[in-house]
Amino acid sequence: MEPDRHDIQVSVNGTSYRRSVESRMLLSDFLRHDLLLAGTHVGCEHGVCGACTILLDGVAVRSCLMLAVQANGQDLATVEGLAAPSGELHPVQQAMHDHHGLQCGYCTPGILMTMTAFLKENPQPSEEEVREALSGNLCRCTGYQNIVDAMMAAADMMRAQP
Amino acid sequence: MTTRFFGAPVKRNEDRKLLTGQALFIDDVELPDMLHAAFLRSQVAHARIRSIDVSRALKRSGVVAVYTAGDLGAYWQPGPLLVPPPPIPGIVFNQRTQVPLAKDKVRHVGEPLAVVVAESRYIAEDALDDIEVDLEILSAVVDIEAGLGAAASHVHDDLGSNISAHVHQTKGDYHSAAAKADLILKRRFRYEHGISSPVETRGVVAHWDNRAGQMTIWDTTQAPVFVRNGLAAMLGLGERQVRVIAPFVGGGFGPKIMMFYPEEVMLPWISMRINRPVKWIEDRLEHFFATTHERGQIHDAEIAVASDGRILGIKDVFLHDGGAYDPYGLTVPINSQCTLLGPYVVPAYDSTFTAVFTNLPIVTPYRGAGRQHGVFVMERLLDLAAHELKIDPAEIRRRNLIPADAFPYRNEIIYQDFQPLEYDSGNYEPVLDKALEIIGYADFMAREQPELRAQGRHVGIGIACYVEGTGIGPYEGAKVQVQANGKVSVATGIGTQGQGHFTVFAQIAADQLGVDVTDVDIVTGDTDQFYWGAGTFASRGAVVAGNAVNEASRVVRRKALKLASDAFECSEDDLVIEGGKVSIVGIPEKFVRLGELAQRANPMRGAVKPGTEPGLESTQYFGPPSGATANGVHAMIVELDPQTFDLKILRYVVVHDCGTVINPMILAGQIHGGVAQGIGNAFYEKLSFDDQGQLLNASLADYLLPTALEVPRMELAHTMTPSPLNPMGIKGAGEAGAIPVGPLFAQAIEDALQLKEKNVELLEIPLSPSRLFELSRKATNV
Repeated sequence: MEPDRHDIQVSVNGTSYRRSVESRMLLSDFLRHDLLLAGTHVGCEHGVCGACTILLDGVAVRSCLMLAVQANGQDLATVEGLAAPSGELHPVQQAMHDHHGLQCGYCTPGILMTMTAFLKENPQPSEEEVREALSGNLCRCTGYQNIVDAMMAAADMMRAQP
Repeated sequence: MTTRFFGAPVKRNEDRKLLTGQALFIDDVELPDMLHAAFLRSQVAHARIRSIDVSRALKRSGVVAVYTAGDLGAYWQPGPLLVPPPPIPGIVFNQRTQVPLAKDKVRHVGEPLAVVVAESRYIAEDALDDIEVDLEILSAVVDIEAGLGAAASHVHDDLGSNISAHVHQTKGDYHSAAAKADLILKRRFRYEHGISSPVETRGVVAHWDNRAGQMTIWDTTQAPVFVRNGLAAMLGLGERQVRVIAPFVGGGFGPKIMMFYPEEVMLPWISMRINRPVKWIEDRLEHFFATTHERGQIHDAEIAVASDGRILGIKDVFLHDGGAYDPYGLTVPINSQCTLLGPYVVPAYDSTFTAVFTNLPIVTPYRGAGRQHGVFVMERLLDLAAHELKIDPAEIRRRNLIPADAFPYRNEIIYQDFQPLEYDSGNYEPVLDKALEIIGYADFMAREQPELRAQGRHVGIGIACYVEGTGIGPYEGAKVQVQANGKVSVATGIGTQGQGHFTVFAQIAADQLGVDVTDVDIVTGDTDQFYWGAGTFASRGAVVAGNAVNEASRVVRRKALKLASDAFECSEDDLVIEGGKVSIVGIPEKFVRLGELAQRANPMRGAVKPGTEPGLESTQYFGPPSGATANGVHAMIVELDPQTFDLKILRYVVVHDCGTVINPMILAGQIHGGVAQGIGNAFYEKLSFDDQGQLLNASLADYLLPTALEVPRMELAHTMTPSPLNPMGIKGAGEAGAIPVGPLFAQAIEDALQLKEKNVELLEIPLSPSRLFELSRKATNV
């Protein structure tokens, strides 16, 4: 059986890409192996761990549960686009560094993307709300406490920004 | 020497790469012309292989090769024994190690039968469905007690039983201790540990360069040097021809060191055979079967105590589920046997275990590495004795703690490092006091709990003590080098999986060499950068490699001072090394930069004097005579819903002593993560096998890892008793958080639900809401 291919166009972190992909190719594989944006990690491929979370038109989605063809014509954001071109870290990244919110760092890109979307939606969350928002991302190293603290601090930083 | 960084909560050097998606993990390795492998795995636990037909798979477009055991020829060999059995008199150990691809029999679900190599992973997985396997299914050994019965089938036919090992160790004379006891309590305990389940699964990329005669292997291993040595021998190559790189690894926790996983053996062989790079990345379903577990033990244990609660002796007979093969020797059950003794004076101990082969995935150490099992038994025995003798649970522990003047304390039995178990240093009572004080133990018992109970709330408290043997040998090394640009490079042979090595090793070197932490570049896990070493396990990285970094940095410091004193024609005592330069005390404008000294140490003209070496560098090794013993106390207050048995942790306190602390921020992170895994083990994570060895919950939707909603805020405190076994006085801390959480849950839940009054004893881990429902319903029905 010949693979069934489609031409797609996606924008990732503001750069436009045109590629021909198999209909069955996962969006996570497409980002990582076709576009070589390997910062998006894959942990379970069944939508539980959240490591592959990216933003699709500003909404946090799991790229392992989407096909690349479904992203045709959409705007995506991945961890590679979070820091400013100057290298200055985004507040969620800076806060994770300041509060030791990462150890092996494998789940981190998914957490950064989930929480970027969350803090936009809820700029002044309670700790309970942060924990709830974080509960779809598994981290096996940190016990979450420092991530929670980092996100509370990131929320403060983001509110203070003009 | 000033210690500006040692002991400070220095932020991590490695974070920027990880936070911006620029760190190289195994699946990020992309090579031109790379092929992809997928493994056909047994779907049954125990079967004889009649035939495997791969002809249809080979015809599929995009498939390059398919291999079964028969294709491997002499390369097909059972794996090495990673850890030989310790020198214990009378020990029985039956070595049966795993094979690259199953040949005559499959012995657990997930054991590889064939490997497909194709142009993409998608095609390789398609082709797995094309392979026809004819199996004669045999009854599976799943239950360890039944596995020793006469009716059991045998995992290894030639052995005539399912006994993997049998070990008896004693200290003192339990029989006469028991004769003097006021109370003897005996119970059966079951403790199951689960899977480490790092968020990154395993993977291997192998690249054979035929022209260079060079094999490069990227591997998510915790022990790259061992992997290089073993694979070089197997592939018929010199060790210099094989480079193993453990890149950034997304969590390890023990199971990422195993020698060898079949995939580690197969990928390099495939790459040599096809002469193209090949990649295999484990998927999450495979991880549940193809990566090692820790799993369960059944203990029949008794405690002999005096009426004042003093332990006179412990007797324990236990069974250990070893899985289908035993390549890791006896590390897990020996740890259980030794760590059971805990921080207590136990004058007499009689412990026997039998490790049993089962048709389940292989058991190797996972964070805690069997220590949990022993600690659970001891802590529960003390709780039972306290209840019978009407002594407060904290008080019975206090009465039995090893006194501060008794160190080094000899426990006599042989530990996992083959040395007689000896605690190097410790001061246990202040740790207990601090934990009780922080959690407000006395007030909780006297006031808070009765008040809350009067309001109809079900709250309970737990307290558990433990020791952790850490920092074992044999050795690690480090090469410290000042580069011409003034930056310091440190290379060591261990791998890194998130422990902060890029920062703590930099702190050590930066203090010695007077540079900033950010000016020290650390290389770990690349055998071409550092040739020797053992690996990251047994909470030993900071202790053993850390001390090697310290030694090498000291030598480089001396070399720098010597060179500068020659240049300035002054005494070394008149020099100060800081800010990346060496200057004369009191004359800061008279200085030479470290980078310049490095260049002078490698001159273009003149001769290197006899007895000296070029370059501003040194390689040093450190090997501790035996392991350093850390200790701690965890305390917890929980609330339970008596209908749903839903559990909420109201307070969680850890007081811990791991000697001198290099970086308290990183240490706290290690403890937090350990506790989170302990909570998963105690109440959420259970590997559910049916009687045919099928894992019924092999997905992260069904095997429940704790989330941010289950793991509470933890309150940490430390005491500091340096280890005399290394110059920096440090002890390991990697596993401490995870070790005592099981007995803490059992104790606190019993207290919260007042189960003792209902004649319910919690003698097993993991617990869960449904298990608590079953246990209390049974009790109600009696």
